[in-house]
Amino acid sequence: MSRYVMVIDLRRCVGCQTCTAACKNANATPPGVQWRRVLDVESGEFPDVRRSFLPVACMHCEQPPCEEVCPTTATKKRADGLVTIDYDLCIGCANCVMACPYDARSIVHEPQFAYGDQPIASEAVRFDPERIGVSMKCTFCVDRIDRAAETGQVPGVDWEVTPACVNSCISGAMIFGDIEDPESNVRKLLAETQHFRMHEELGTGPSVYYIWDQA
Amino acid sequence: MKSARQKTAGKSITPRQQQNWDWRAASNFICGGSGSGLLILSLFAAAAGADVRPAIVLALVLVATGLTCVWFEIGRPWRALNVYRHIQTSWMTREAVVALPLFLCGALAFYTQHIVWQAASAVCGAAFLYSQARILVNNKGIPAWRHPRCLLLMASTGLAEGAGFLALAATLAPPPQPVATLAAAVIALSVLRIVAWRAYLAALRHDGAPSGSLKALAGIDARIVFGSGAGAIVFAAAAAANLPGAVLWLAAAGALAAGGGWMLKYTLILRAAFNQGLAIGHLPVRGRGVSGPPVKPGWGGLG
Repeated sequence: MSRYVMVIDLRRCVGCQTCTAACKNANATPPGVQWRRVLDVESGEFPDVRRSFLPVACMHCEQPPCEEVCPTTATKKRADGLVTIDYDLCIGCANCVMACPYDARSIVHEPQFAYGDQPIASEAVRFDPERIGVSMKCTFCVDRIDRAAETGQVPGVDWEVTPACVNSCISGAMIFGDIEDPESNVRKLLAETQHFRMHEELGTGPSVYYIWDQA
Repeated sequence: MKSARQKTAGKSITPRQQQNWDWRAASNFICGGSGSGLLILSLFAAAAGADVRPAIVLALVLVATGLTCVWFEIGRPWRALNVYRHIQTSWMTREAVVALPLFLCGALAFYTQHIVWQAASAVCGAAFLYSQARILVNNKGIPAWRHPRCLLLMASTGLAEGAGFLALAATLAPPPQPVATLAAAVIALSVLRIVAWRAYLAALRHDGAPSGSLKALAGIDARIVFGSGAGAIVFAAAAAANLPGAVLWLAAAGALAAGGGWMLKYTLILRAAFNQGLAIGHLPVRGRGVSGPPVKPGWGGLG
């Protein structure tokens, strides 16, 4: 059985935010909502200072705390590891927002558009009223992943069935694939590098790995 | 750990105050905890011979008010019945499930004044109070809530508030009222809450939490311990000693016990609810060819 993960090489990320823009374009998120973010982190004290870039989104956890607390079963974890939200079931109680240690979820209660109260033409075409008043987050571009079953393509290898942020990354810092496949890019990359998963001590089992050095 | 800041406007890796639960959600914990605590305490008052009908009505009104407030909070209120779909793991579902027999048993306890229904409503109250505490503790994204000692804190403050409201309700019920017994309950449960509060605060500081949470909670420490806590104990002691105006002393003690709990929960849910924030476990090896220390800004405590 496949289990999809994302590997992000922090050594390569240059903080260009192309993945952020690609995600907004692919998923038509409203103003102020970014399912994919790249945080610009300065750390240390002069003269020993560093600047790092940290791409974050839903971690599609192995034990998702959002799924456990969801009172409606709107949040589900699929067999392939993707954590999904059924907008028709969600009541927008925000319990999942409180349960997520990655600040990955958001709720928009009123329609919001880039320029005033009315949508511009492109927003009007893609506006989805089902997403008002419910919890939403990164889906790993689940529609693309599902398309792979129909086309026989491989997520992480064929761009048509790979998340938009991964496709857009200019430095090749983001890699997507099936960690259960010994021949997958993610499996090989994790074998030859040192990496961590964020807040692993909380027992969530995030499916996003951050590479920080070679093995 | 060295300091860190991040530059992207509006998006921080430091913990930030949760913005999704406002006063309406807090009201559910405030009123629901008080109401369920009051139902529990009413059983003992009834066993001691008191007329607890005003207390039962007040308890049911409090719980209903809390649930109504949270109904106005949710994004899709007309789908609210979906809340019953996940009893396997969701404490919010379990809270909603328990609310049904709570109202039924409470109503029957009011009309029949039979000890069996009073006991049943108290059991439902205990289950409701526990469910509310577990809703907070199971939210892994908020360190100040997920601490295991938050469970006892929420339970103890619900009971202390219940004792407080029971003392207030005693002023509405016809005499004779077991003033000394009610005063003893206010004293005992106020002491329990102070102990639970200080144990929670000490453990949170020891184990580490967002600095904003620690600051907000430290800001009410004196008011919880010396204001509402000690005040309620002194006034209840005056009532227990049967000083002139004992019922008024008891009412004042009750108001302080209940008010202190409401302040505690308001602070915990609206002002101390900083999220986990983000962290970099190892700074990437770039440029100089060496890694750097972990980055997890905005946290305090840790011993």
